[in-house]
Amino acid sequence: MTMSITQQVITIAMVVLGTMLTRFLPFIVFPSNKPTPKYVQYLGRVLPSAVLGLLIIYCFKDVSLLSGSHGIPELIGVGMVALLHCWKKKMLLSIAGGTVTYMILVQLVFN
Amino acid sequence: MKTRKEIESACRAAFPYTFPILTGFVFLGIAYGIYMHSLGFSAIYPILMSLTIFAGSMEFVAANLLLVPFSPVSALFLTLMINARHLFYGISMLDTYKGLGKKKFYLIYGMCDESFSINCTVNIPKNVDKGWFMFFVTFFNHCYWGIGAAIGGIFGSLVRFNTEGLDFVMTALFVVIFIEQWMKEKKHHSALVGLGLSALSLIIFGGEHFIIPAMLMILTVLTFLRKPLEKIEVAA
Repeated sequence: MTMSITQQVITIAMVVLGTMLTRFLPFIVFPSNKPTPKYVQYLGRVLPSAVLGLLIIYCFKDVSLLSGSHGIPELIGVGMVALLHCWKKKMLLSIAGGTVTYMILVQLVFN
Repeated sequence: MKTRKEIESACRAAFPYTFPILTGFVFLGIAYGIYMHSLGFSAIYPILMSLTIFAGSMEFVAANLLLVPFSPVSALFLTLMINARHLFYGISMLDTYKGLGKKKFYLIYGMCDESFSINCTVNIPKNVDKGWFMFFVTFFNHCYWGIGAAIGGIFGSLVRFNTEGLDFVMTALFVVIFIEQWMKEKKHHSALVGLGLSALSLIIFGGEHFIIPAMLMILTVLTFLRKPLEKIEVAA
């Protein structure tokens, strides 16, 4: 290992600091004892749906459409989750069904 | 004591919502512990890092940061870039986390993707204290992640079961939460903007660099859509 313990602690502290900055910044800039600007209130209402979309895409950031399995197992997995959820509306069933499908695909079909 | 009962009922109400995350985090935590073990770190590293950083994907990156030459400034900037999406979480939760006293600090500290997506979309039963409910969602998730990392770090070399693909459990959770949110809202502009522009950004910029451009595009389009969307809100 190239780093000393102190350097390791500093590096980890920087990652903690960076993560906490991104989490606390909005609350520091718009404290609850002052009225939040109307534009930010509007963003607070519309951003949740948009950022959930971003989060789904974020899960696929390492999937390549042009090589490997072309994202097919991922697409089938998500399709399975959506299908099960629209049909039964049981959160655990949808998650378990989709995950098992995906695992079978990557372990046995697309390996 | 009334408060003690309130806390207990919030704890019981919160647990079922975190159950899928129990599976996902313990597994991912184990995977993280094994990974750290394979890089030659003792178990204390994944345990302390999972409890202090508490941002899944960032911790895998942080493991690599410990192996390259010492550069604290680039570690900080890389973290800011990867975790920039938390800024949107914060803006979304400004109102929800208002007036929760000391708990608010912990709620923000522990606002990982999973805690955010539950606390942001869940309909908390009327008789359950909102603050404590969200506290326990965050706290349970934090515990799962720490326990997983500890197991992986300590027993990492003993795992023999083929876990390939098990990490899909987190993707599945986000898809379910997205669908639930979709069914709750009348208009889907925002959801489609988020999904579409993020996908576009991923195609253009690639997995390493797509988050910030995606956030900027989402912000721009939502700003342009403000007038028409607020008209719909008033009409609804």
